[in-house]
Amino acid sequence: MKIDSIKNGIVLDHITAGESMRLYNDLGLDDLKCSVAIIKNVPSKKMGKKDIIKIADQFDLNVDVLGYIDPDVTVCVIQDGKIVEKRKVELPEKLVNIAKCKNPRCITSVEPEIDQIFRLVDREKRIYRCQYCEAKKSSNN
Amino acid sequence: MKHLIDPMDLSVEEIDQMLDLADDIILNKDKYREVCKYKKLATLFFEPSTRTRLSFEAAMMELGGNVLGFSSADSSSSAKGESVADTVKVVECYADIIAMRHPKEGAPFVAANTVNIPVINAGDGGHNHPTQTLTDLLTIRRKKGRLNNLKVGFCGDLKFGRTVHSLIKALSRYEGIEYILISPEELQIPEYLKKDVFQEKKLPYREVTSMEEVMPELDILYMTRVQKERFFNEADYIRLKDTYILDLEKLETAKKDLAILHPLPRVNEISVKVDKDPRACYFEQALNGKYIRMALIMTMLGVKPDEDR
Repeated sequence: MKIDSIKNGIVLDHITAGESMRLYNDLGLDDLKCSVAIIKNVPSKKMGKKDIIKIADQFDLNVDVLGYIDPDVTVCVIQDGKIVEKRKVELPEKLVNIAKCKNPRCITSVEPEIDQIFRLVDREKRIYRCQYCEAKKSSNN
Repeated sequence: MKHLIDPMDLSVEEIDQMLDLADDIILNKDKYREVCKYKKLATLFFEPSTRTRLSFEAAMMELGGNVLGFSSADSSSSAKGESVADTVKVVECYADIIAMRHPKEGAPFVAANTVNIPVINAGDGGHNHPTQTLTDLLTIRRKKGRLNNLKVGFCGDLKFGRTVHSLIKALSRYEGIEYILISPEELQIPEYLKKDVFQEKKLPYREVTSMEEVMPELDILYMTRVQKERFFNEADYIRLKDTYILDLEKLETAKKDLAILHPLPRVNEISVKVDKDPRACYFEQALNGKYIRMALIMTMLGVKPDEDR
């Protein structure tokens, strides 16, 4: 299978195999007008299998969403066919309107205007807590 | 201290100062009679709670202040769909301090982030109830003269009982507390508390199902009601509600200076015959609730009696 290299744009590499569609949806890539390629189950020495997303344009990437869903992703910025920036994303300390609190007793369940805010409480286990009700949320679900 | 949302917002020093102030109020009521003159407390109770609301209102009145507010969501604009933020923005125009109870967890936090006057969480769902924790600490300190080196039994609904969770967390900052957790299996303390408090801080705790078995060793017995409103399923509530009933017979083996606490209201988990036993402290605890709220209101408003100014 051949997918052309991109000249200007962003490549999301080292995506956990199977997570690319979730990233595609949650990053809002559906709304982009440029070409977007999702490559699934690419053999990887490091990961065994990985997914890759290639986006043929620059855009304002929400790294918090990326870090929350898959903190092992590498972001490669491509200009004139060359990688000009390569960086790992991190699990964000604070999530604002990225995840939703599932606690039916939380104030956010009845007042949709309130920002959904979570704070990272355990980086190793990727656990967040709702700022309002302290309900737990794992970045893996 | 700007707001009080979570009991752990307060440092041990701040708690000690507040308890000292409450002790002084109890001893010198006249000194505090007008410290909040011309100040107004808004009690915003989006769900009914006679005890807590009256206690706040009595506290403000005894400090010479005034009280306004509502006692159920039906009589507030939230029945018309107004948000918590909008309600408190309006109330801020009329009051100097807010005490809020709300069935939804985190509502007082939303209020605190919206207004510039102090907000006290008077209970948010099953989440926090910091003034109850302060009341419990004041009662324990007044009865035992200390908040360390105690064997404390918690009995009843340890799963949903927020007063239990908050008191356990608050006591975990004092030395030498041993925790005895008495409950049916279904209402045992949540795993996260065991992990985050007992195991993390290496505190001694035991889980038992029999009250009689541990009665002789307790310094404090904190009884709780199985709360109907915390159950989604009524059948579970009916099955568990009568699990532990404290009566004079069970108290026969207890220490002479045991202190029995209960956040109230009680249903039937403490026999009314126990009320006359000198070890029953729950009505005194309710009275202490007023004094600690007086101390809290004063602290948050930054007011002092004339002679201390």
